[in-house]
Amino acid sequence: MAAELHVALVAADREVWSGEATLVVARTTSGDIGVMPGHQPLLGVLESGPVTIRTSDGGTVVAAVHGGFISFADNKLSLLAEIAELSDEIDVQRVERELERAKAEGDAAAERRADVRLRAAASR
Amino acid sequence: MGAQLRVYKRRIRSVTATKKITKAMEMIAASRVVKAQRKVAASAPYATELTRAVSAVGTGSNTKHPLTTEAETATRAAVLLLTSDRGLAGAFNSNAIKAAEQLTARLEAEGKEVDTYIVGRRGLAHYKFREREVAESWSGFTDEPTYADAKKVAGPLIEAIEKDTAEGGVDELHIVFTEFVSMMTQTALGDRLLPLSLDEVAKTETSAATAAGAPKGEILPLYDFEPSAEDVLDALLPRYVESRVYNALLQSAASKHAATRRAMKSATDNAGELIETLSRLANAARQAEITQEISEIVGGSAALADATAGSDR
Repeated sequence: MAAELHVALVAADREVWSGEATLVVARTTSGDIGVMPGHQPLLGVLESGPVTIRTSDGGTVVAAVHGGFISFADNKLSLLAEIAELSDEIDVQRVERELERAKAEGDAAAERRADVRLRAAASR
Repeated sequence: MGAQLRVYKRRIRSVTATKKITKAMEMIAASRVVKAQRKVAASAPYATELTRAVSAVGTGSNTKHPLTTEAETATRAAVLLLTSDRGLAGAFNSNAIKAAEQLTARLEAEGKEVDTYIVGRRGLAHYKFREREVAESWSGFTDEPTYADAKKVAGPLIEAIEKDTAEGGVDELHIVFTEFVSMMTQTALGDRLLPLSLDEVAKTETSAATAAGAPKGEILPLYDFEPSAEDVLDALLPRYVESRVYNALLQSAASKHAATRRAMKSATDNAGELIETLSRLANAARQAEITQEISEIVGGSAALADATAGSDR
């Protein structure tokens, strides 16, 4: 069994992150799922949520993902998302302002998006 | 200065000014092609992975989804035509419109009613002028489309395909756009997006995979679906349409800039030629003027000399 898997996190307009990892945790519509090397081929629908990638050099990459898919086969894992941001790309102050505004306007979708971003940013 | 010469000089000045403008437009378009090409390339990983996933679900499950199975008798079809907001791009828009009209005619010959959706002011103006019905149209983003624009366009299309045909929904979804083959070649083509023919998906998938260096004719593994194959397919297909529309928008934008560049290049070349011809004519006119002046002087002085010679006698 291979000790690592190749991960590609792609957003609609760019490749956000790619590299080797030992564990990937993502949130599908039926709950969190962890994928380690040698997992069964898998295709799932992602919820808005943070994705945690444990890289093979011991680091951790956290990204906020808004909807999309996870697909795994042949030790290659792809995370497809319309919008995906790495935690260190997230501007916390701006997101907080967005959250305030979303709450004030009662925009549930925007509120959830901002919340996911904040959680991803907090865990970096 | 003679009247003839003045006219030539004026025309040369005006053509030179035009040449400067077309030259600038050519260079702007050239830089935009590169940018647009880069965007097409950046969107490729997502499109490839998504296509892979769609073909995995399509081949790996026995689910019958309305979007992957053909209606036995398709009665209505939607055609999405991608044009640009601005002209000055040679035959770019008319080629796309022609391709859409051919496709529409073919579908109508098959007995299908066609709803036309248009992106870009040029295409819309063409249809409005001929008083043809347009189901919906969008404009203002054709130069630099974003994924949000693609979503905006794909939304009503997905809605239409999910609706029953009796209530104004459609069975088929076609897209007409200009494929960016290379800097010099762009071809307008019509493509059927839905219902998916899985052979085609597999074909585009293998070509994408071969491009990425993967072995050809790869057998897809049996997937576990989370939560279920139907749900995955339900979620996947709208994304697939969006991503295809996005890709088509980007290619169309790149093609438009390439076409503009080419059109402006030939305009600049023509202006250069025109300037050359006009300068030759202007030179000839100037020379004729000088010759005439000389002969007038010579003639005048000869007449004078004759006159004085006569008075001496």
